[in-house]
Amino acid sequence: MKKSLVLTGAILLTAAAAAHAQRDQIRIVGSSTVYPFSTKVAEQFGRTTRFKTPVVESTGSGGGIKLFCAGVGIEHPDIANASRAIKGSEVAQCHANGVTRITEVKIGYDGIVIANARRADQIRISLRDLWLALAKSVPAGEGRLQANPHRTWKDVNPSLPAIEIEVLGPPPTSGTRDAFVELAMEGGCQSFAWIKALDGSDKNRYKEVCHTIREDGAFIEAGENDNLIVQKLEANPAAFGVFGFSFLDQNSDKLRGSFVDGVEPTFENIAGGSYPISRPLFFYVKGTHVGVIPGIAEYLSEFTADRAWGDDGYLADAGLIPMPVEERHRVGNEARTLANNVAP
Amino acid sequence: MTGPQGHPALTTEAVAARLKGRYRSERRFRLACLAAVVLALSFLAALFASIVGKGHSAFRQTHVALDIHFDAETIDPTGERDPETLASANYNTLVRAALSELFPGVTSRSEKRQLYGLISGGAAFDLQDMVMADPSILGETRRLWLLSSDDADMLVKGHIPRDVPEAERRVSDFEIGWLDALDDRGRVERRFNTRFFTSGDSREPEMAGIWGAAKGSLYTMLVTLLLSFPLGVATAVYLEEFAPRNRITDLIEVNINNLAAVPSIVFGLLGLAVFLNFFHMPRSAPLVGGLVLSLMTLPRIIIPARAALTAVPPSIREAAYGLGASPMQVIFHHVLPLALPGILTGTILGMSQALGESAPLLMIGMVAFIVDVPQGIVDPSTVLPVQIYLWADSAERAFVEKTSAAIIVLLGFLILMNLGAVILRRRAERSW
Repeated sequence: MKKSLVLTGAILLTAAAAAHAQRDQIRIVGSSTVYPFSTKVAEQFGRTTRFKTPVVESTGSGGGIKLFCAGVGIEHPDIANASRAIKGSEVAQCHANGVTRITEVKIGYDGIVIANARRADQIRISLRDLWLALAKSVPAGEGRLQANPHRTWKDVNPSLPAIEIEVLGPPPTSGTRDAFVELAMEGGCQSFAWIKALDGSDKNRYKEVCHTIREDGAFIEAGENDNLIVQKLEANPAAFGVFGFSFLDQNSDKLRGSFVDGVEPTFENIAGGSYPISRPLFFYVKGTHVGVIPGIAEYLSEFTADRAWGDDGYLADAGLIPMPVEERHRVGNEARTLANNVAP
Repeated sequence: MTGPQGHPALTTEAVAARLKGRYRSERRFRLACLAAVVLALSFLAALFASIVGKGHSAFRQTHVALDIHFDAETIDPTGERDPETLASANYNTLVRAALSELFPGVTSRSEKRQLYGLISGGAAFDLQDMVMADPSILGETRRLWLLSSDDADMLVKGHIPRDVPEAERRVSDFEIGWLDALDDRGRVERRFNTRFFTSGDSREPEMAGIWGAAKGSLYTMLVTLLLSFPLGVATAVYLEEFAPRNRITDLIEVNINNLAAVPSIVFGLLGLAVFLNFFHMPRSAPLVGGLVLSLMTLPRIIIPARAALTAVPPSIREAAYGLGASPMQVIFHHVLPLALPGILTGTILGMSQALGESAPLLMIGMVAFIVDVPQGIVDPSTVLPVQIYLWADSAERAFVEKTSAAIIVLLGFLILMNLGAVILRRRAERSW
């Protein structure tokens, strides 16, 4: 038994060492929002070139950037996907670990929708309504706040239906939640002039007021799985859900997106920039790995080709909202020449 | 109460009345227990019904018959049958030509796009494989069953309703018309989905398979078994047969029991810190997954193994010693063989638990999109439960049935393993 143990150990260690000597496969980590697009490109790239299909891990934006910034060398990933721009502190971390050449590539936009079941009525809400419905505390006259007293949508705005506020949304660990809070909640709370003025005087207080979502059961954290939200909305016509546009696109026979500030969440409206809750998506390339790990330059070409991220490309089919054509040209050129280096 | 001096008739009456009450309460208790079993079984039945109901359709995939003309001009303009040329040719044009031939009326660009969208992008790869395997078919025309796209498949299977307005579904009226026309000519068929069992992951639901994840699970389990079984059994033998009973062994025992209760994600963090960051082992490899899972499985093997060793009666050991056997002979010739069924049962149960684990693997990079089927324990790979998680999170509707189908496969493996444990226990059960 001992012998077999030593033998297995020896085999395992040599195998590990052998695998470690080189890597001929691109490694990508990061955001679960970018994951469906990144994997689509990776698969296409693997099937149509002589390179191996890249391995794409879904770790979340923050976790991915942390891995990406851990150092240079084959044990560290080559590309990090992110549903937000890299933060200054993260770039500093990267630089401290020797990762100095980071190319930012913007790939397009993702819309965040507020949707309900098709058999319920479509509603038209403003960001202000949304914030008043979901914030932990709302204004009670000029300069004062009170715990959110609104029970139904009608309490928020008399033109809305008298149904109980019940919104299913992503948990705080999700990038979708961050974007929803920053774009929708903050946008709504800025409609109050005195709160907006806080931004200059008391930033922490401003953030607390605008970003805190109520915890009394009106907003339900439904986990990271957007399919689950879709199922729950189907079962309960009084509920609304907050999730990425691609899930609305795939379930258009079951769900309907609400008008936000008078704009319906359609592909055209998000691409045109009139829909208020949309965010850019990115990936970051480690410049020092290009040319060392085979295929990175070719992967960039595949991603930035019109057949992928163009208006009729396969990424648009998967729910990515493409950038306008001039922006695509510019970002694409910068990506292929690794020109857009992120400064600390 | 009637005392011993009380009326005899009264005493029997009281006893009879109480007896009735006791029978009644016993019946109630039995009914409650039965209800618990029925409730548990009905939950299980509901779970199975929902999974099988959603997943059974994934084992058959919609195919469309097209007359493919292997045009030598398009595929091999030089005529040299050079494998390089054959590999880089655009096989999509063959599929498109065949579709255009069937529906000559479709001319506008957007309609053509929809028409070509009926067939999966994977069909071109199948044609490529055919030509690469046998270049002599160039120039011929054959009727082939080609894989349809996931939207077409969902429509044929009835998962996309036809009666809602066109704007509210992913499939247009044109596409429904074309599919129905094909169906009328007997060109649409649901065929057994072999690809599901032979290929790796894909972002196209119709091309996705579980073989990559299954093989990853296999390698991971192999590493786990090779490490945790000998280590676990050796630990159990030492603690039961050799170790003196003192504070240190007590401490070890408490620690092993605690280890069995540690949440599995903690082992993942440990694996990240030790195997990846310190030993610099590769990410996403079944080797590291197996190491992490064997940490988790070890206590689950040691505890039942110790119980099995204790259950071997001391008389067997004493008899062997009496005949002059050495301690090692006693263990290897007598105690271990008698305890083996119990040890194996514990091992199988521990392994089936490890097979269903996904949380610790997140940390070491096995929650990943991997298309290539792993060929060894250091190739990047994922495992069955992770594959289920990734598919469940995908937006495409066709992944719903794929998710359930993968759950059916995983449950199948688990049932087989547990059945193995039961049979082993039955076979080798001994009474002393």
